[in-house]
Amino acid sequence: MIRPTYAVFEHQLVAYRRTWRGSVLSSFLLPVLFLLAMGFTVGGYVDRAGGLSVRYVDFIAPGLLASTALQIAVGESTWPVYSGFKWHRMYHAMQATPVRVTDMVRGHIGYVLLRVGLSAAGFLVVMGLFGTLHSAWAPAALPVAVLVGLATAAPVFAYSASISTEGLFAVLLRVAVIPMTLFAGVFFPVGSLPLWARILAYVSPLWHGVELSRAATLGTATAWGVWAHLGYLAVWSVVGYLLATHRFRRRLAD
Amino acid sequence: MVTLLLPRLAARADARVRRAAAVTGRNVAAARHFGYWWALVSGFFEPVLYLLSIGLGVGALIKTFTLPDGRTISYAAFVAPAMLAASAMNGALTEAMNMVGKMRYMRLYDAVLATPVQPFEVALGELMWGLVRGSSYSLAFLVMMVGMQLTTVGWALVAFPATVIVGFAFGGLGMAVATYVRSWQDFDYVMVVQFALFLFSGTFAPADSYPWGVQVLVQVTPLYHGVELLRGLTTGTLNWGLLGHTAYLVALASVGLTIAGRRMGRLLCR
Amino acid sequence: MSVAEPLIAAHGLVKRFGDFTAVAGIDLEVRAGEAFGFLGPNGAGKSSTMRMIGCVSPPTGGTLRVLGMDPVRAGSAIRARLGVCPQQDSLDPELTVRENLIVYARYFGIPRKVARQRADELIEFVQLTERADDTVEPLSGGMKRRLTIARALVNEPAIVLLDEPTTGLDPQARHLVWERLFQLKQRGVTLVLTTHYMDEAEQLCDRLVVMDGGKIVAEGSPRQLIERYSTREVVELRFAEAALDTYVGKLEGIGERLELLPDRILLYAADGDLAVAAVADRALRPSSVLVRRSGLEDVFLHLTGRTLVD
Repeated sequence: MIRPTYAVFEHQLVAYRRTWRGSVLSSFLLPVLFLLAMGFTVGGYVDRAGGLSVRYVDFIAPGLLASTALQIAVGESTWPVYSGFKWHRMYHAMQATPVRVTDMVRGHIGYVLLRVGLSAAGFLVVMGLFGTLHSAWAPAALPVAVLVGLATAAPVFAYSASISTEGLFAVLLRVAVIPMTLFAGVFFPVGSLPLWARILAYVSPLWHGVELSRAATLGTATAWGVWAHLGYLAVWSVVGYLLATHRFRRRLAD
Repeated sequence: MVTLLLPRLAARADARVRRAAAVTGRNVAAARHFGYWWALVSGFFEPVLYLLSIGLGVGALIKTFTLPDGRTISYAAFVAPAMLAASAMNGALTEAMNMVGKMRYMRLYDAVLATPVQPFEVALGELMWGLVRGSSYSLAFLVMMVGMQLTTVGWALVAFPATVIVGFAFGGLGMAVATYVRSWQDFDYVMVVQFALFLFSGTFAPADSYPWGVQVLVQVTPLYHGVELLRGLTTGTLNWGLLGHTAYLVALASVGLTIAGRRMGRLLCR
Repeated sequence: MSVAEPLIAAHGLVKRFGDFTAVAGIDLEVRAGEAFGFLGPNGAGKSSTMRMIGCVSPPTGGTLRVLGMDPVRAGSAIRARLGVCPQQDSLDPELTVRENLIVYARYFGIPRKVARQRADELIEFVQLTERADDTVEPLSGGMKRRLTIARALVNEPAIVLLDEPTTGLDPQARHLVWERLFQLKQRGVTLVLTTHYMDEAEQLCDRLVVMDGGKIVAEGSPRQLIERYSTREVVELRFAEAALDTYVGKLEGIGERLELLPDRILLYAADGDLAVAAVADRALRPSSVLVRRSGLEDVFLHLTGRTLVD
């Protein structure tokens, strides 16, 4: 029964047709600006000091790719999901049709992954233009970005379906998303972090995404081996998905 | 004549300030509730996290930094004042976007303007709230900078009033911008511009390391002046340029506030 | 301001938004202690008029004086003595019931202590004591409405402006609101309200105007309006056969006026029973006959027409 799932996916696409212009700005331009500001200006100073084995811009570009996937996945899984229950009550409307809870979650996450994939593809092209792709494995960074999207969107779906005040999004952002973006190896190697912070970075899905993404574009080995990172992200995805359907069911029951 | 007029004028000004304070009071009441309170407190940590990540983390890759007067400082000491200025900007613009929500979606001001409170007083009251909130962040951040030996107690004391000026400037600007925002799309544009300013205002690398065209552009934008002013003070690099930056910020505050007061009146009293 | 001067006086009052004329030159006076109503379909200009009286919308033309002052120049001073209950609740969703009242009182410069005391009194007055410390969002529509009315009273206003105070409320909530408004009226508070509920206007208003298309089309007490624009009684006739219009000719001459509706025919007559007898005399057999007293609804529909305006 793929059809109801696809109908949910299509529902999102219809809305996206009208809003895609605005989202190009935030989902594509922002990471490019980040790459320019950090990679080239700050990068000049880093390269002169010679602390890294690769150019700084080559180092952060794959990290920014993974972190962009995270930002978009979180952005599309917070307000849109929350308002689907609370304001425009989209899910309640779907519940009155043959659509099942699993269809809602899969269809909507599918759309989120499409958004992640589009932005990641755009960013990869920019990376190519800046000469930061150094391996034949570089295209593999795209599915990696989508996997990071899944590993973060699924648990955030569960979170958004659980909370009752939107103030808690600020908590998610400041306790999880921003620290991950800043400390999970995007801008500097986690090796320089104190042990407790390093452990937190290892726990976060983003660090594994950054490692995989960097391995793909630089052709280097990852810290724990590719399969370990992939497996860890898969665990986040599956547990997140199960939690999300559980929370959706709960929320729609009352 | 004058002696009769003055007390009356003073009484009028007093009433205006009291009404503006009532607008601030609304925010204080809202801030006591859980969700809002959390947002307030956690807002402080954002610049701190940036300082730790970029300042210390990336800083470890850069080691030292040479100032225009030839002294070398740590990269963290270079980035910290920029985070201070940027957090004043981010706080003020966030508060301004909240104001759009209050104005257009919650329609809070419709109720306020049915009372003796006037549009300009609403703007003033919101600005006062933003300043109180922003200044407490700045104070905490400066204390932390002293603790991390990124500046001295003396320079931190001098820098504090300067952070209030920076907050005032962005508060006025944000309020004026708020009266032009119409839709969620506009929020996106504001966010992109805000982020671009955050990245390119001499925050993470000196403005003179940018290409020439970008440099000129940067020098027109407000955050650059905030960063330069605060960096001059916390690193103890005094020069006449600091006065220029201050003048720019004060002018921005008054222009922004004037525009905001006028446009709010027109937007709300149709 | 002398005792005789009306609290609200408008002459040739006009409000335009671009090309659209919302209020097209109206004259009215509201006196102290009166309950004054604006009746009219949606888009008649009621709310625009209310917003001008509330000093939040400057008039485009004509003169308007509220409490003896000019709303454009003395808006703040006038608003200090008005209580406003807008059409849509504009409560602060982030605050509790009590905080909403206290924070609002502060806008009037009311000292905190007095504000607290008044908030408690008003919460009791509108029966929200049990919800006093809850945030506003989960309250029912009726509760929110009552809170908005309480908020309008926090400054002990000389005039209370109520824009559709009971629209969208369930019958219980409406009656509770009416009861409270009636109590205010008895205390001598001047009420100005808009409504499109006829029973509301009949219950609460001493005097009312009917607005349509930005103009005042009738003015008087509910009784006067009924006498002037309708007959004392109305006979409602239904017929088993579908083609009602064939009866129009057959009924001609009975009563003062006849109106054909899709499902029935209305006969306006001073004496309903006499009209029913006349119908029987003509050997017509309606499937149902109802004789009732004429109400504001008849006046309203007569003056503003039956076509849907929205």
